[in-house]
Amino acid sequence: MAEMDTSGGGHHKKGPGVKKGKKLSTRVDLTPMVDLGFLLITFFIFTTTMSQPTAMKLILPDNKAKPEEQNKAKESGALTILLGKDNNVFYYEGTLQPNGANFKTTNFKEIRDEIIHKKQTTDTADLVIVLKPNDESTYRNVIDILDEMAINVIKRYALVDISPEEDYFLRKTEGENPPPPASATIVPVSK
Amino acid sequence: MARPKIPRKSTSVDMTAMCDVAFLLLSFFILTTKFKPSEAVPVTTPNSVAAKVAPETNVVMISLNKDGKIFLSTGDSKGDKDKKAEIIKSVNSHKNLGLSDAEISALVRAPFIGTPLAQLKQQARIPVDQMTGESLPGIYVKDSTNNELIDWMRGVADAYSGMKPNLLLKGDNVAKYPAFRNVIDAFRKNEFFKFQMVTNPESVPMGTDLFRLGRREE
Repeated sequence: MAEMDTSGGGHHKKGPGVKKGKKLSTRVDLTPMVDLGFLLITFFIFTTTMSQPTAMKLILPDNKAKPEEQNKAKESGALTILLGKDNNVFYYEGTLQPNGANFKTTNFKEIRDEIIHKKQTTDTADLVIVLKPNDESTYRNVIDILDEMAINVIKRYALVDISPEEDYFLRKTEGENPPPPASATIVPVSK
Repeated sequence: MARPKIPRKSTSVDMTAMCDVAFLLLSFFILTTKFKPSEAVPVTTPNSVAAKVAPETNVVMISLNKDGKIFLSTGDSKGDKDKKAEIIKSVNSHKNLGLSDAEISALVRAPFIGTPLAQLKQQARIPVDQMTGESLPGIYVKDSTNNELIDWMRGVADAYSGMKPNLLLKGDNVAKYPAFRNVIDAFRKNEFFKFQMVTNPESVPMGTDLFRLGRREE
């Protein structure tokens, strides 16, 4: 293989009656061995777990804390993000209007711009983001949105259960026909 | 004019050195490789920008698989296994399960706990290599009132009295949020307010606040 015959055709000049014992080279062709070595190296590189799993910290609020000790969120600084099925994202600023006029639809790509916009236009002390995944959203969605908090360095955010009103709007926007929530304070959106 | 004779040189290269290097690298990789342990509960974790490596000692891990089944496991070290025994003993005495010592040690050897409390005796009888997330029903967690994970977390609190366990939650991408909420409920009921979620590393997107923060620190 790697050895090439360079002895010039093998016409050895031999004198009459000269008998030479054939000298065998002691060199072994190592090429296949090198091939094997690198094959095994590639195998081990690919099977090695290169990336150690990382861990993301989440600190839960103590829900036994007295209401008067909890810090109230200012309405102007609040941004509520709702997660629905099929990676749908919805949000509204401040409080949800009864007819759902400020209920907006977005997705995971565009929500970052919205968060950045909110962060730039509100006072840092007032900014609070409320995350409300509904029952159809996946674990991955929740992690993604928590990650978004880390990416945009949001100091105050909370993971909260969705309210029936919000769930109603969310499902309605997703094209379902949900029954109106028990506390029927919702004015249906006129089309 | 006679051309000067150029001696023909052999084109063969000495492979010995290359061979040496190859096998040196090979032995390095063999020795440093830690094979992925075959997981009894397969979970595909989501990505996040979190850069901290997950801890490996004093670990209490809750796995949430794609069907929303919940499993409890601890680290593999001796200390963690001892804690697991304490957790099981604590749950056993609080809930009057009547597990024998042999059953408890069988459960400690098991890779995870994944049955409702009433079926723990049956799980103890299953051989370790046949225990998979597919075949077992998972810890019984339906809603905030029927949540056996609360009992397990109380066991964890007892076993780690005074110490802080590293609570890890390893959830699957497609697991639904209610299962996640039930786990959080169980943590909160036992006053575990800090926990970590296992994720795969991901690079920070360019131009974001965290990206700028990271640049400044460098």
